[in-house]
Amino acid sequence: MDLYEYQARSLYPKYGIPTTDAVVVGSVEEAVDAAIKLGPGPTVIKAQVTVGGRGKAGGVRVAPDAGAARVAAEAIMGMTIKGHTVRRLMVARAVDIAAEYYASLVLDRANRGYLALVSAQGGIDIETLAAERRDALVRAEIDPLAGLDAAKANALVASAHFAPAVAGQVAEVLVKLWDLMRGEDATLVEVNPLALTGDGRLMALDAKITLDDNAAFRHPGHGEFADTEDMGVLEAKAKAAGLGYVKLDGQVGVIGNGAGLVMATLDVVAGAGEKHGGVRPANFLDIGGGASAEVMADGLGIILGDPQVRSVLVNVFGGITACDEVARGIVVAVGLLGPAADKPIVVRLDGNAVDAGRAILAEADLPQVEMASAMDDAADLAAQLASV
Amino acid sequence: MAIFLDSTSRVIVQGMTGAEGIKHTRLMLSAGTRIVGGVNPRKAGQTVDVDVVRPDGSPGATRSLPVFGTVAGAMADTGANVSVVFVPPAYARGAVIEAIDAAMPLVVVITEGIPVADAVDMVAYAKARRTRIIGPNCPGIITPGQSGAGITPANITGPGPLGLVSKSGTLTYQLMHELRDVGFSTCIGIGGDPVVGTTHIDALAAFEADPETRAIIMIGEIGGDAEERAAEFIRDHVTTPVIAYIAGFTAPEGKTMGHAGAIVSGSAGTAQAKAAALGAVGVPVATTPRHAAAVVREVIGARAKG
Repeated sequence: MDLYEYQARSLYPKYGIPTTDAVVVGSVEEAVDAAIKLGPGPTVIKAQVTVGGRGKAGGVRVAPDAGAARVAAEAIMGMTIKGHTVRRLMVARAVDIAAEYYASLVLDRANRGYLALVSAQGGIDIETLAAERRDALVRAEIDPLAGLDAAKANALVASAHFAPAVAGQVAEVLVKLWDLMRGEDATLVEVNPLALTGDGRLMALDAKITLDDNAAFRHPGHGEFADTEDMGVLEAKAKAAGLGYVKLDGQVGVIGNGAGLVMATLDVVAGAGEKHGGVRPANFLDIGGGASAEVMADGLGIILGDPQVRSVLVNVFGGITACDEVARGIVVAVGLLGPAADKPIVVRLDGNAVDAGRAILAEADLPQVEMASAMDDAADLAAQLASV
Repeated sequence: MAIFLDSTSRVIVQGMTGAEGIKHTRLMLSAGTRIVGGVNPRKAGQTVDVDVVRPDGSPGATRSLPVFGTVAGAMADTGANVSVVFVPPAYARGAVIEAIDAAMPLVVVITEGIPVADAVDMVAYAKARRTRIIGPNCPGIITPGQSGAGITPANITGPGPLGLVSKSGTLTYQLMHELRDVGFSTCIGIGGDPVVGTTHIDALAAFEADPETRAIIMIGEIGGDAEERAAEFIRDHVTTPVIAYIAGFTAPEGKTMGHAGAIVSGSAGTAQAKAAALGAVGVPVATTPRHAAAVVREVIGARAKG
């Protein structure tokens, strides 16, 4: 889960990471009030979106006074940044910046550990930093079992050529960021900029944090970070039913078992769609391993409820999942939905209990359901049915 | 021949007494796996009766399996050298660390939903010792006709000359099914999490060293750069023919596609980049699972004639 800046910042105090005073607001009026409360003096108005590039898009503005704060808030509220609509603003007390640095910790999949990245030249995005000031960006692998202690942080800061006056403070912040990373089960903690103020204090002026969804069970407090506003009706339904669902922009609803098989099914549907007017998959939906008839019915109900869907492809290879359960789920879902189940459903079943599954569907003789024996043929038929 | 697991492997199940654990213990036993016991500290000293099912579906013998309090105790008593872990996510780290401390040679972690920090710890800890981890969030490993450690169905296919390594369980089953008349030496599901114990490269190296594996099927998916790294490894170290299939060409950026590790981040981790990297080192990349099976047949057919 990618956190908004204001959510990420809320994790700083627990770890003693210094930052500026800030308030998150949902309207222009509240933004003006916040600017007055934080004043006197300038504030920064920042769009709250979970994508980078806010500054470039005009989503971050400095306001010298409350009047300017209103102008800035009016300009930013509601704007769209890389497809994300701005619904909240952060109003933060502006500080006098003497220097900008960069610090991040990230899960390193390739080395199956963690990576620390620091630079004494911050304030620009990491991609630009890595491309244009490669020598200034220092990377160090962190041994997960040993962690990032003061000695290692000091060595890292020394190799990045920080000014001696700030090196100690930067190393301290790095250790705190590491504590946050492990303490909160984050896979990314990025501070850009990490700023030195005119009066010599180090402050994290931004926060970009990604939390590991698998670790949610040991962080009950993280539940409040879940972003339900940006979630569509179908996503919310799928989440409530415990199904892995991703909405896409095509016309062929796809449901299958196992993440890899469903991804492969999307690809095969997209390929088949090229021959049928360019239809595309409408969604990813994984019913998981060993799914019951109820789970199958939930999944099919969600897909049939998508107005963009013109045909549905059910592609199941029964390993643990039994094809007879899947078939029963289809029959149940079609029965429950009644006249709402008015779209053609192409079903390909193979593997565990396939004969029983096919027999159930044959006996039910549902007018919407067409059987196909192989994945490629099933995808072709579903694409064809979606193109007319 | 086989890699990592064969008919001599003696398998214990950590979390055997849970619902999934007992179900799959029965399936593994029915498939001929030498299961020698289970581990559950709260049920130490008890025995669990498991009704084995014959290949034709008829009931077989009832096996009585001892439950041990610790992995070390189970190893001392049974000579176990493989552990299959079905322990829930919150306790999986502890279970795996215990197995590593007991010097268990192979630990197969089936559990889905383990925090990635725990996976990182397990893998780092295992690397410093003598344990190979397969998984987490994987179907495990099967050497058809000999042994299965995990949840891969044993009735899809039998022994043969193909090796398979995959991030995906159901795509593994799909390919085993497509090529069931040819058969497999060993099939390894390495798991779909961002951090796993056994990588594509580890499996490729082991298959390369196995004289009876005549072709290797490698199944990848979006996320990370394991396939790109595997491509480099194949170029430099693998002479056995490799056929690849990559899933996720239509996956949008920034969305997790079912597997925790299956996510395209910016321009990193795309199926296109993986297919290109493999293609560049001469690995045929199939467009669908059925196409993959056809390419495999071509490759082994050509080898047989040559």
